[in-house]
Amino acid sequence: MSKFSKGKKKPQPAISTASLPDIVFMLLFFFMVVTKLRDSELMVKVSTPFATQLTKLEDKSLVNYLYIGRPVEKFRSTYGTKPRLQLSDKFANINEIPIFLERFRVKIPEGQRTKITTSLRVDGQVTMGIVQDVKTELRKANQLKINYSAKKRPE
Amino acid sequence: MAKKNSRDRMSNEINAGSMADIAFLLLIFFLVTTTIAEDKGITVKLPPWSEEDPDITKLKSRNVFAVLVNAQNDLLVRGEVMDIEMLREKTKEFIVNPTKREDLSERPTKAIITLKNDRGTNYETYVSVYNELKAAYDELWDEMCLRKYGVKYSEDLPLAWRKSIKDEIPMVLSEAEPTNFGEEK
Repeated sequence: MSKFSKGKKKPQPAISTASLPDIVFMLLFFFMVVTKLRDSELMVKVSTPFATQLTKLEDKSLVNYLYIGRPVEKFRSTYGTKPRLQLSDKFANINEIPIFLERFRVKIPEGQRTKITTSLRVDGQVTMGIVQDVKTELRKANQLKINYSAKKRPE
Repeated sequence: MAKKNSRDRMSNEINAGSMADIAFLLLIFFLVTTTIAEDKGITVKLPPWSEEDPDITKLKSRNVFAVLVNAQNDLLVRGEVMDIEMLREKTKEFIVNPTKREDLSERPTKAIITLKNDRGTNYETYVSVYNELKAAYDELWDEMCLRKYGVKYSEDLPLAWRKSIKDEIPMVLSEAEPTNFGEEK
């Protein structure tokens, strides 16, 4: 009995929390770096297909995004279930693409305009009809560098 | 005496206890808003648009590798139904023609791959077909680069190396205007 009471007399040292802010800051910086603030709320469901021959989009400021997919649940009653195109934050028609591209283009310095890439974020379950129309429109607008957004196929 | 006093004040620390709380708050904000960027994809260069009808050039049929995808997502390659798993190997065989067969391309520079789909084809199928065709070329470039320079092909290689490889095996993939049999109403 005396043995145990001896141990209890020792004062418990408090764990130092001085390095806690450092740890949290480290985590914070990690998330700040990998984060990409969502610039537009998705109104269409986009689940990109899998592929293997992927290239990474290097300069994010030179990329604009087109979304194609079926409208999400809450827009179904107004927009139906046919695949639709979304530009920035609203549904759009195919013929609005040139204006959208031009608006993006004027913000880029002239020397870099040839490097603009259009990323097509298209749902895997969409039929090719609308994708084809968008591609034709992009060709007409002379925006030829495109990227079919895809996920890495798990091995 | 005065000196000692000021040093006392210096050694007084700012209470950093709330630092962790502030950092946590920021951390949670970023955790919630984060979508880890998955900006990857298959980069494609589209052909420029022209109003004129394209010139009709007669090609030897042995040099053309026609891939058709219908609205039911079935593949028809050179008139035969094919599984997508076979596509990569068949494409590579067609381009290089290692056994000098009469019905495959004369040489890699003459090989042309044409891809035609339907407006009702699933985008997923289209992408995986495109992916296989691109993979065939990527693998051929890799093999050739390993043979010539001892490294795998990548965009970081010197321009002259890349050019010499692409001159020998140029990627010619032409996409035809799609058919319209199975578009969803």
